[in-house]
Amino acid sequence: MIRVQHITKRYGMHVAIANVTFDVKQGEILGFLGPNGAGKTTTMRIITCFMPPSEGTVEVAGFDCFEHPQEVKQRIGYLPESPPLYQELTVTEYLTFVGRLKRLSASRVSSRMAHVIEQLGLGEVRHRVIGHLSKGFRQRVGLAQALIHDPPVLILDEPTVGLDPKQIIEIRELIKSLAGSHTLILSTHILSEATAICDRVVIIDRGHIVAEDTPAQLSSRMRQSEKMSLTVKHPSHDWLERLAAIPGVLHVVQGATPETSIIECELGRDLREDISQFVVEQGVGLLELKPLLLSLEEVFLQLTQQDEQPTPQKDPSQV
Amino acid sequence: MTPVNTLIAKELRCFVVSPVFYVVGAVFLFIAGFLAHLMVVNAGQQAVRFLQMQNTYAQLNLNELVFRPIFHSLDIVLIFLLPMLTMRLFAEERKLRTIELLLTSPIGINEIISAKFMSVLLIYLGLLGLTGLTPVVLSFYSAFNWDPILTGYLGLALQGAFFLACGVLASTLTENQIVAAFLSFGIIIVFWLMGGLGAMLGETTLGTVISYLSFAEHYDRLVRGLLEAKDIVYYLSGTILMLFIAHRVVDSHRWQ
Repeated sequence: MIRVQHITKRYGMHVAIANVTFDVKQGEILGFLGPNGAGKTTTMRIITCFMPPSEGTVEVAGFDCFEHPQEVKQRIGYLPESPPLYQELTVTEYLTFVGRLKRLSASRVSSRMAHVIEQLGLGEVRHRVIGHLSKGFRQRVGLAQALIHDPPVLILDEPTVGLDPKQIIEIRELIKSLAGSHTLILSTHILSEATAICDRVVIIDRGHIVAEDTPAQLSSRMRQSEKMSLTVKHPSHDWLERLAAIPGVLHVVQGATPETSIIECELGRDLREDISQFVVEQGVGLLELKPLLLSLEEVFLQLTQQDEQPTPQKDPSQV
Repeated sequence: MTPVNTLIAKELRCFVVSPVFYVVGAVFLFIAGFLAHLMVVNAGQQAVRFLQMQNTYAQLNLNELVFRPIFHSLDIVLIFLLPMLTMRLFAEERKLRTIELLLTSPIGINEIISAKFMSVLLIYLGLLGLTGLTPVVLSFYSAFNWDPILTGYLGLALQGAFFLACGVLASTLTENQIVAAFLSFGIIIVFWLMGGLGAMLGETTLGTVISYLSFAEHYDRLVRGLLEAKDIVYYLSGTILMLFIAHRVVDSHRWQ
């Protein structure tokens, strides 16, 4: 559905993204992860034909962004970093305006508008002026704007920024429900969000793609050992050393409290039975023993810190 | 409705809720009305003086005594007021990042620029239409020649369109509305001063070229009732040139 091939974007001497290549299949949700200034917004702006790349090509639904920008724009719903809202219009006026701008017919605009207002829970504010809405509602109006023409491709730049936890869950549910019928790219720096909703994740750092895989694959790929968290009621003073003596245990460190310890074991060996038996024999009171999965946060930090430069350059598109 | 009409409708909607529109409209209509009042009173005083000195009714030429000074003063008023109407057109879109919505919609930059220009032009022509009350009311009390008044209004319309196009260009150059307004004063005043420079150089080739580039001599001919193709061509080509440069500026932002 979306083919990004070898795109590079330069701002004068500064290279914002370098030789970025990836594909998004029909109906897939692709998460675009990276620290601030990594080139996420620049890449999205290139896919939406807002700006042309310095090198490389982008194809959306079989249309080249440079050759047929109108065809591509017709098929993309785009929510930029800051939702593009006109403060002086009401929600319905604004959505009608965007619908007509996307070349929908009058009857189609009204049916689509009723649908997106329902979908995003904007019913109570439909006749309010956008300038008077709270940030959460504005973000939802921004999303409604991207959905109004029912585009097959959706590009969302940090769609859950500024929302409260309940709204975040609602928006994530909505995004998940759009998958299948729509192809989505969403950027985020909230990694749990990517784990929760994305089928595939592209991690970008300083303009380069550093990893591309499913969230589960990424965390297992980066894992070098099995980790477990153990909590007991009465640890003795040499408790950590005694745990480390269990065969197969590589390393033991103290956790957040003195009662908790983090145990690292050899990769591929499940020591939970041995450890629980040992704890029970010692009579220290077993409270909890659970395996720790490497979170996407850790994967992300490992990947983006590998060759950290002392002074990362600022991306002018993020000003 | 095509996207262009939609955009025009949206711009007009934004003007109607903006205080700038009401302030500019009120100031413009007040000045136009006040000038008309001054000129008519002045013409009346001249008539009385004429009567006392010569003891006859002189045939007063209202075109020369009333309308020509009004047209020449309104021209100066436009230089200062029209940039206020155009300053927000693109500067605000860039500041609020709504330009991203326009440029990622299936609508060309030429359509965006023409829609924005058309919206301010409609607003301006509406205001200008209201000043038409002056000659209509005067025609009940006195006789005068309508032709120079019609060409004068054509001059004001074309002159205004050119100033608005300068304003659209200025607005694409910056995110700051105040800067956009001053920039368009600047552009318009440079064109105005070229008239003086041309007159100073006199009948030399350079002088003629510079005079032609200034709107002063073209406007003057229209106000005096002379309808010539070269003046119309001047205004139309100037307006289109300004809008074309604005198009290039908006397009170039995408590359930066």
